[in-house]
Amino acid sequence: MTIKVYIPRDSSALSMGAEKVAAAIALEAKKRGLGIQIIRNGSRGLYWLETMVEVATEKGRVAYGPVKVKDVASLFDADFLNANYANVKPHSLSLGLTEEIAWLKKQQRLTFARVGITDPISLTDYLAHDGYKGLKNALQLSAADIVKTVTDSGLRGRGGAAFPTGIKWKTVLGCEATQKYIVCNADEGDSGTFSDRMIMENDPFVLIEGMTIAGIAVGATQGYIYLRSEYPHALVALNAAIASATEAGYLGNNVLASGKAFHLEVRRAAGAYVCGEETSLLESLEGKRGVVRFKPPLPAIEGLFGKPTVVNNVISLATVPIILDKGAQYYADYGMGRSRGTLPIQLAGNLKHGGLVELAFGITLRELLYEYGGGSATGKPIRAVQVGGPLGAFLPESQFDTPLDYEEFTKIWAVLGHGGIVAFDDTVDMAKMARYAFEFCAIESCGKCTPCRIGSTRGVEVIDKIIAGKDTVKNIKLVRDLSDTMLNGSLCALGGMTPYPVLSAMNHFPEDFGISKS
Amino acid sequence: MQALQTKIDVLIGQHQNMPGALLPLLHAIQDNIGYIPESSYTHIAKALSLSVAEVHGVVSFYHHFRTHKPGSHILQICRAESCQSMGSEALEAHAKKCLNVDYHQTTADDAITLLPVYCLGNCALSPAVMLDDEVYGRVSAADLDSLIAEAKA
Repeated sequence: MTIKVYIPRDSSALSMGAEKVAAAIALEAKKRGLGIQIIRNGSRGLYWLETMVEVATEKGRVAYGPVKVKDVASLFDADFLNANYANVKPHSLSLGLTEEIAWLKKQQRLTFARVGITDPISLTDYLAHDGYKGLKNALQLSAADIVKTVTDSGLRGRGGAAFPTGIKWKTVLGCEATQKYIVCNADEGDSGTFSDRMIMENDPFVLIEGMTIAGIAVGATQGYIYLRSEYPHALVALNAAIASATEAGYLGNNVLASGKAFHLEVRRAAGAYVCGEETSLLESLEGKRGVVRFKPPLPAIEGLFGKPTVVNNVISLATVPIILDKGAQYYADYGMGRSRGTLPIQLAGNLKHGGLVELAFGITLRELLYEYGGGSATGKPIRAVQVGGPLGAFLPESQFDTPLDYEEFTKIWAVLGHGGIVAFDDTVDMAKMARYAFEFCAIESCGKCTPCRIGSTRGVEVIDKIIAGKDTVKNIKLVRDLSDTMLNGSLCALGGMTPYPVLSAMNHFPEDFGISKS
Repeated sequence: MQALQTKIDVLIGQHQNMPGALLPLLHAIQDNIGYIPESSYTHIAKALSLSVAEVHGVVSFYHHFRTHKPGSHILQICRAESCQSMGSEALEAHAKKCLNVDYHQTTADDAITLLPVYCLGNCALSPAVMLDDEVYGRVSAADLDSLIAEAKA
């Protein structure tokens, strides 16, 4: 009998040697004359356990991890393929049934329902796991009803701005135009985030399906995925999935014989952080410098090539299929306040158990950092966390009980952003982090508006003086004035939000800037 | 040089009719020959009805594009916050010291070009580096040494 062995193809798993582990397992099985079928699945997102190898058994999939090449022979010796421990002691890397691992079991995976379970580029696997049910339902509805379903679900833009997705779609639907576009913002540049990458590498069809539904809803026939150049594996997975979807009639001139067309193409970004801003992204897609546009006009009215365009983040679009499959209410039943549904949270930085945790809004940072994250990787106290990428505020321990909710974060002058959480232990120097925030802004500024272009460089200079202990009080005031100008005078979030990390570092950790708490 | 230009002209022909052709074309050129020679700007500009200044403007705007031949391998070290929280600064210093280069420079033997990168999406396994198209996680100084040795072999 051929036994199915799952070894992830996700790039974080590959970064821990998954490719070599797969080769070693194949070789060892051959040597021992055992029939196995290796399936390269996605990662379950328990990254500290990568390479996580799973074996299909009668009771379900059994996991082992973290597996290194040197462990392979001993796994075979421990009869890991049969995972029947009647006669042998389980291998020391045995994690038991995958679905029973508490870290995974407690999650509410809606957007990530298939991630880690299926072979990402197998359309058959996708269909066998509820794939394309959302699109089939959508094709039975009027355009306005699809948009209404998305609006009623309460889904808000997961890229960071949290704008209601349905409202954006409604604007585009209401525009008369010869051509409309769906653009997926896959320029996931925030440090501490990888949920977009995981979707694209580990379940690319769900993004394709979401974009197709968006196209049918608003009357767009062409979609583009603007993918950051740092994600070569996502590019391969997306292109393979687009090819199979096209061949099977899920994309093309006549989507599932509905008479409606939707074409999809991946375009590579080129390493500019600012292109994650939607108007600069559109400039880049048009083949220009990624310089931010003035708004209005909104991209929904005049977007790509001057045409009405939906620009949504990967996670927003990848969440649409389950909403159309299970209904708006099913999704809206999760969450708190005006933050409906679930958020794929990324635990990163100095944490023992980093990875992907999808949960309904409402969980606190403390639960995430300690119950899921397991505390710091270095074993030292967690002193600060940055939520929402390089433009997100730093939070001190006194704010760890804040629930993850857009409005609750706004109340403490912080942002949820794209759901990335980066933890720092007590060796972090917050003045250095504030300096880095300005430095990053200076490197990545598109240069169109003065507060961002000049302010960021001046910010680095002034922080350097503070670090050197020169006229501290005067220079702190100067940074505050400069931040005020950037907050209120910048064209986009890059200059406009750089003061979040800077001022939060200063406010919560003044001792690092040579000033007292008062 | 002539052979290079012929190659670029073929790529121009393949891409010039795409909507928003410039970025896909620049990627194709860099993927094929490793960089975007400034000498090709006039050809690109003419085919896409742009000025040479516009082509230069786009190439120089994006960190990914380069106008000079890199080393045989490209080593990118992540400088972003998550990796900083796990000691990437020490890793950067180590790389610069043992390669004897700064960022954006190539080793004397033309083997490795060192570049900074701002997030590789491997933040649960920081610090991360990328060698050519492969990401490596939880990279120690010793891991980096063996990666460099493998690349140079």
